[in-house]
Amino acid sequence: MSSPLGELIRENLPALQVILPMIMAPVCVLVRHRTVAWFLAVAVTWTTFAISLALLQIVRAHGLISYAMGGWEAPWGIELRIEPVNAFVLLIVSGISAVVLSAARRSFEEEIPRDRLYLLYAAFLLCETGLLGMAGAGDAFNVFVFLEISSLATYAMIAMGPHRRALTSAFRYLVMGTVGGTFILFGIGLLYMVTGTLNIEDLHHRLQAIDADRTVLVALVCVLIGTSIKLALLPLGAWLPNAYTFAPSAVTAFLAATATKVAFYVMARFVYRIFGADLAFERFHIDSVLMPLALIAMFLGAALAIFERDVKRLLAYSSLSQIGYMVLGLSLASVTGLTGGIVHLFNHALMKSGLFLVMACAAYRIGSTRLSALRGLGKRMPITAATFVAGGLAMIGVPLTAGFVSKWYLVKGALENDLWPVALLVLLSSLLAVIYVWKVVEVFYFQEPPEEAGRQEAPWSMLLPTMFLIGASLYFGIFTDGTVGIAEWSARELLGGAP
Amino acid sequence: METIVSNFLGLYNYWAVVVLMMMGLYVLTAERNLVKKVIGLNIFQMSVIMFYISMAKIKDGTAPIIVDGARDTVYSNPLPHVLMLTAIVVGIGTTALALALVVRIHEEFGTIEEDEIQEQEGRG
Amino acid sequence: MDPSSALLWVLVGPALVAVAVAALGRWPNLREGATLVGASSVFAGVAGVLLPSVWAGGRPRLDLVEFLPGLTLALELEPLGMVFALVASGLWIITSVYAAGYLRGKNESHQTRFFVCFALAIFGALGVAFAGNMITLFVFYEAITLSTFPLVTHAGTEAAKRAGRVYLGVLMGTSIAFLLLAVAWTQHLAGTTEFTVGGILNGRVDSQLLPWLLALYALGTAKAALMPFHRWLPAAMVAPTPVSALLHAVAVVKAGVFTITKVVIYIFGLDLLQTTGASTWLQALAAFTLISAAIVALSQDNLKRRLAYSTISQLAYIVLGASLVTTSSLVGAGLHIVTHAFGKITLFFCAGAIYVGAHKSRISEMHGLGVKMPWTFAAFFVASLSIIGIPPLGGAWSKWFLASGAAEAERLPLLALYMVSSLLAIGYLMPVVGKAFFLPPDDNEHDDEHPIHEPWMCVLPPVLTAAGCVALFFFMDPIAGLLGSIWTPPGGAP
Repeated sequence: MSSPLGELIRENLPALQVILPMIMAPVCVLVRHRTVAWFLAVAVTWTTFAISLALLQIVRAHGLISYAMGGWEAPWGIELRIEPVNAFVLLIVSGISAVVLSAARRSFEEEIPRDRLYLLYAAFLLCETGLLGMAGAGDAFNVFVFLEISSLATYAMIAMGPHRRALTSAFRYLVMGTVGGTFILFGIGLLYMVTGTLNIEDLHHRLQAIDADRTVLVALVCVLIGTSIKLALLPLGAWLPNAYTFAPSAVTAFLAATATKVAFYVMARFVYRIFGADLAFERFHIDSVLMPLALIAMFLGAALAIFERDVKRLLAYSSLSQIGYMVLGLSLASVTGLTGGIVHLFNHALMKSGLFLVMACAAYRIGSTRLSALRGLGKRMPITAATFVAGGLAMIGVPLTAGFVSKWYLVKGALENDLWPVALLVLLSSLLAVIYVWKVVEVFYFQEPPEEAGRQEAPWSMLLPTMFLIGASLYFGIFTDGTVGIAEWSARELLGGAP
Repeated sequence: METIVSNFLGLYNYWAVVVLMMMGLYVLTAERNLVKKVIGLNIFQMSVIMFYISMAKIKDGTAPIIVDGARDTVYSNPLPHVLMLTAIVVGIGTTALALALVVRIHEEFGTIEEDEIQEQEGRG
Repeated sequence: MDPSSALLWVLVGPALVAVAVAALGRWPNLREGATLVGASSVFAGVAGVLLPSVWAGGRPRLDLVEFLPGLTLALELEPLGMVFALVASGLWIITSVYAAGYLRGKNESHQTRFFVCFALAIFGALGVAFAGNMITLFVFYEAITLSTFPLVTHAGTEAAKRAGRVYLGVLMGTSIAFLLLAVAWTQHLAGTTEFTVGGILNGRVDSQLLPWLLALYALGTAKAALMPFHRWLPAAMVAPTPVSALLHAVAVVKAGVFTITKVVIYIFGLDLLQTTGASTWLQALAAFTLISAAIVALSQDNLKRRLAYSTISQLAYIVLGASLVTTSSLVGAGLHIVTHAFGKITLFFCAGAIYVGAHKSRISEMHGLGVKMPWTFAAFFVASLSIIGIPPLGGAWSKWFLASGAAEAERLPLLALYMVSSLLAIGYLMPVVGKAFFLPPDDNEHDDEHPIHEPWMCVLPPVLTAAGCVALFFFMDPIAGLLGSIWTPPGGAP
């Protein structure tokens, strides 16, 4: 990296990360050819993944990167700010985008009219831009702008789903999502009104000195409502099950791992980085609202999953439940709890996108994800079914899988705060996970496949990325140095201690 | 009494914002027609845009253009206006997409009434 | 071989067997050969390499991977684990022979899956025996549950599926909700879950909380079948008999009581429990389970179900021994793990042999069978005596230690309880033998269609294990000495 060009690229990595997919999205539209567009999109996503890896390395070595867009210094200019936390989030988003998109071609071609596929790839890239921008933005208003970019692309992608109910699901998500986004905008406006700045670091410092309790409280509430809608915390997450069920299978795998996760990060960032733990927890006691909501989400989501007959929707309900875990970690307001939340963000992204890809494989061969259609999958698609079992075990949180790591930290965090009933509830809700995962496993292995069905495994181009994701969620259950290390570092950073 | 009145009247722009916002939310949730829902959404968004714009207003302030010499003039804050340009663009994008979805829904379901759509969805 | 690395090799042995069995699935004779060779070498490893080391006071240890800060997957072998490993690996050989005979005799399907899961269950049991800390034990505890689930539902019928749900629901449910919470709590309080003689909780816990923590451990270990979490054991009896024999008389249930015993000795420590009396409620619960399960056993007509309730009752002996927290009672608990394993596996072998040979599973149908299946019923008789606790059989010793432990702890009512339960055991085991030998056979026209036969692969194993029951009586001293060395290692200071 000593050449001038190398130096230039290195210096502008934070911007490249966001801009590259943004520029390539219209290119995808211009080429109007589905396979070329796919190649382009895959190349871009893998490049962003490489960039985010490089960024993570730089951040680990040298601390935070503050990148001034167009050379205007913060707090006046627009800042991209890469810290340990969002370097981690960037890595997840770009990594999942790359893997899912690599797997998605055959599945998309099966589910979506082929002449419109290039548009889907463009939307995919725009969505990635938005998500990466949300994570990287250093000022609050740009968080909102990127949030809307990613949301608009998401609505379009969901609407492309094969069933006509995809349209209504997308519309309902659009309405909810826009309300959420507008609430966030309103909250940011209130914050601007009392502090006169939009830069996140600046906001944090100025808020500490301000004594405008009511305005700040309203801002906090607005932001919490807005982000709760976007990250699908029950009862505001009602849009999620239908959107996930009717979106194209691979889009679901992508969204489940990224959109809600970035929204969670935005919530954590607003609560801890803008308002600060003192203000949010000591003065306004948001934990007394967030924690019950998180616990309700954990149980209600899992209970809904238990009674569901469609596996894709079952997984969507399970997402609602898992989001509850993350918010619980956030509401514990301790290093351990927050570490649990962040590490669960990572682990859940891996296993849920893996499981949704499994369903994409099943839908590709069988054309349905209803339990009744998936009878005897263990015989018809043995590798696919076995992958599901492995992912399911990880989601239950069996030891030596990624799911165990995050739950361990949540339980530990709850015990540290002397909230042992919460610890018990975390474990009890993972029992519900046992039930809904096992329900599916029973159908796969204990029911005979329909007479006419032969053995027809999904194509390797889909299976390999799926197995990669599930394999990763097992790997990160044993070798946790990397994930837990970064998560703990991030948690300290968010809580304002020395990194 | 006087302070209450002056508080109320002095903050009239915020009251307008709140009323607009609630109107938007009400239309959004109560209306069963999808196009009307989109209108409600628009009202809701507009309320926040109004909020930003009125916030920037300073009494006797002028447009922030530095005319040489006049350094002690009071200016309105230009930043919220700029921000709202972006927000309006976002709003237009959202509305366009929403209307496009409504058109597609009409093609598929033959109606844009929520009740009738739900009835058809129930049938599968 | 160096004992520490031998630990790892012995542990992965059954897993390798599972792989080999899966690969050789198409050739049944080779497949069973692989199981036998593998089981024998595992046993040789346990008895030949690890036993001398532990005997000499060694505690071979191996840290595998630290998968979370403070949570290490570690193996460490101490006397109690040694005894459990010996029993599990030794009986695995005999059961393999028996299972081959049983499955072929009944022409069962999915035999390869059966042997694979079987080997994996032994892998889990050895892992539990070798675990160096509570979190490792928990990992292997769950591994046993998962690997035995396909065995319980082997038949694939609706009843088997229902039983499978109960099995998985109770075992996983309690272990995740209670046991894991207990482990996390221990880690939180003590900063470690390493098994340490004398316990790790001393001085770190409010004595008010101790009973609760112990409750989480005891109830979380549903494999020990303490009431009210005993339902899975009778339900699991839908499994083929070899599964019931090895897993539900040896590996699974013994993993449960082993866990409780281990927790008492190495997490709480005897002194702490003695001074605070935190285990008194557990004595009461164990005593209640002991008696009521025995009473339920009296009324069961299905032989396997009767044996299942008898198991619940006998397991409660071990938990009771552990909760009395005296050295004798704990040695007794350890010994009872051994003697009950031999006795109960014999009884299950016999039940299976009767089912394969005479197609009978109800006790009321077994009149007069003793004459036709003399070896089987003779073995049944010997094992029954051992379970009841009559010399010269192994069971007498473990009850002796348990009783003297109760006396040491000055719990005289418990002595009476032991006597009553032995009487109950006579009541539910002896009629089986009595009816078979002394009642005239029922007139049954179908007898000619199903001639009674005793395949040697189903008869030899129970005879061997029954002989083991006798042998245990005469060779009990070294085992008791080994267990005693938990507190006073021969090599050095305690």
